Amino acid sequence: MIKIRNLSHNYTGGRRINFPDWDIDSMDQWLLLGASGKGKSTLLNILAGLLSPTEGTVTHNELNLHSLSGTALDRFRGRHIGIVFQQTHLIKALNAIQNLQIASSLAGLTFDDAHAMNLLKDLGIHELRKKYPHELSQGQLQRLSVARALINKPDLLIADEPTSSLDDENAFQVLEMLQTQAKNNQAALVIATHDQRVSQRIDKSYLL
Amino acid sequence: MNIYQISFKNLYRNPLTTGLNVMLVAFGVGILCILLLASNQIERKLEQNAKDIDLVVGAKGSPLQLILSSIYHIDFPTGNITVEEAEPIMKNPMVKRAVPLALGDSYEGFRIAGTDSSFIQLYQLEIGKGRYWKQDLEVNIGSTVAKVTGLKPGDKFYGAHGLDGNGDVHKQHMYQVVGVLKPQGNVTDDLVLTNIGSVYKMHEPEGEEEHGSAEHHEEKEISNKEITAILIQYRSPMSVVLFPRMVNKNTNMQAASPAMESARLFSLIGVGLDTLKYFAILIMAISGLSIFISLYNSMKEKKYDLALMRCLGASKGKLFFHVVLEALAVTIVGSCLGILIGHLAVEVIGVYQESAQARLTGSYFVTEELYLILAGLVIGLVASIIPAMQVYKVDIAKTLSKS
Repeated sequence: MIKIRNLSHNYTGGRRINFPDWDIDSMDQWLLLGASGKGKSTLLNILAGLLSPTEGTVTHNELNLHSLSGTALDRFRGRHIGIVFQQTHLIKALNAIQNLQIASSLAGLTFDDAHAMNLLKDLGIHELRKKYPHELSQGQLQRLSVARALINKPDLLIADEPTSSLDDENAFQVLEMLQTQAKNNQAALVIATHDQRVSQRIDKSYLL
Repeated sequence: MNIYQISFKNLYRNPLTTGLNVMLVAFGVGILCILLLASNQIERKLEQNAKDIDLVVGAKGSPLQLILSSIYHIDFPTGNITVEEAEPIMKNPMVKRAVPLALGDSYEGFRIAGTDSSFIQLYQLEIGKGRYWKQDLEVNIGSTVAKVTGLKPGDKFYGAHGLDGNGDVHKQHMYQVVGVLKPQGNVTDDLVLTNIGSVYKMHEPEGEEEHGSAEHHEEKEISNKEITAILIQYRSPMSVVLFPRMVNKNTNMQAASPAMESARLFSLIGVGLDTLKYFAILIMAISGLSIFISLYNSMKEKKYDLALMRCLGASKGKLFFHVVLEALAVTIVGSCLGILIGHLAVEVIGVYQESAQARLTGSYFVTEELYLILAGLVIGLVASIIPAMQVYKVDIAKTLSKS
């Protein structure tokens, strides 16, 4: 489904990173491992279409991601790629359910209310759906950002250190949620992490 | 939920800043709206009242005062002129119509104007209720006079000396209302009209009352007496140059042109209007600056939201409009509020105005008000363009990884 070929990225200052070729199938679940500064976040951003590589290609179902125009790439990202950031990013002016609604709206999709409620229930935050980000704890915010990444049933779910701020119980719940939803939606899952709790649960790994 | 609703939610989240910006726009637009409504109404009233009057002849003094007192009925007359002097002017071949006016009394602030039937023809007056006056002490009242005083045909009242309604009451005679005029939309709505004989009767010493038939009264009463002014209509436009010069040179009276004096009046009050106008424009410019500063500052915080929305699939153009919409919403609401404030203020000013003849109303709309809303839109657009351009500069990956 996703193929990375001859990929490299030049940083300002001249530093260059070459990424090994990589094939990610639809049901695959991968760990992206590597020491700090090896380019894990850079590769995730290239996979998500947030950053253009200096050389090489990323194809998503035979579609060269970086050949798309800005608006088309934005739309593609919204519909096909779910992203869970290391830091929680939510729109402060919107409550929990509205943060999910806007994700569907920006991708040009109809909001699936039942799907949203299931996600929130699975993550244990359905009673907080009317709460605003400033009224939620860090753990609740993290779970809400996972729900937002899954709301559009993406093909590829990317998570950058998704469990780093959660306790064991919540970390496993989020990980299980990511894995289950990825399977349910036939989506590939790529998690960049240092968290040993995560590495025990996923077999495939891509090392930088 | 869509991206545009976020614009409104952002405004709602910062009620103080939003409120302040809305009020600044509203005050600027409000002042401009007041100026627009007031100057338009005054200009319209001046035009309507002076329509078909080419010249006013009266006692020497300020020509502007003569026009204000004889046409607009908002100032004191320059004095009186004798009928002996007035008659040759009225019968001059260059004159198509000459309307005599005898002023000096009022009722509850409404002026009593002694005149003859040519006044009715000049203003094309029509009776709404009752009939036209025929004899001394019979009056027709304008529609506003009837509305404000509650007078109706058959009612009687005492006139008072002076034009402000605070003078001595002429207790020796009572006027009787015989007719109420249809609303004309000009100064005649605020006048009490009677024949010149009635005015003389009010001012003659007791025991010198004249008696005679009503038919011949009008002609008789203006002999050997004084009147205040003559409203003149020319027979030909050629008279514009010759006739005033002839009056001013060859008589002890003065001739004043309503068109020229109205223009002079506007140039006099125009200085004040311009000052207020520039003040209002300054307020609107400040409101634009305030919107710019608050939007620009909020972009630091908004940068993460914008990067996130890009990440979720929003195009740059959509986000650009999202930022612009915030400013537009403030300026549109502010402009509409300003227009509402303007109309309310003009209505309140009208209620407290002393002069009924130049009363302003808030229920008067001019198409230029649409330009005020348009100006608000332009201010919003200009104030938001630089902050909105930040949308194109946001590096999504860097912004989201930095935060």
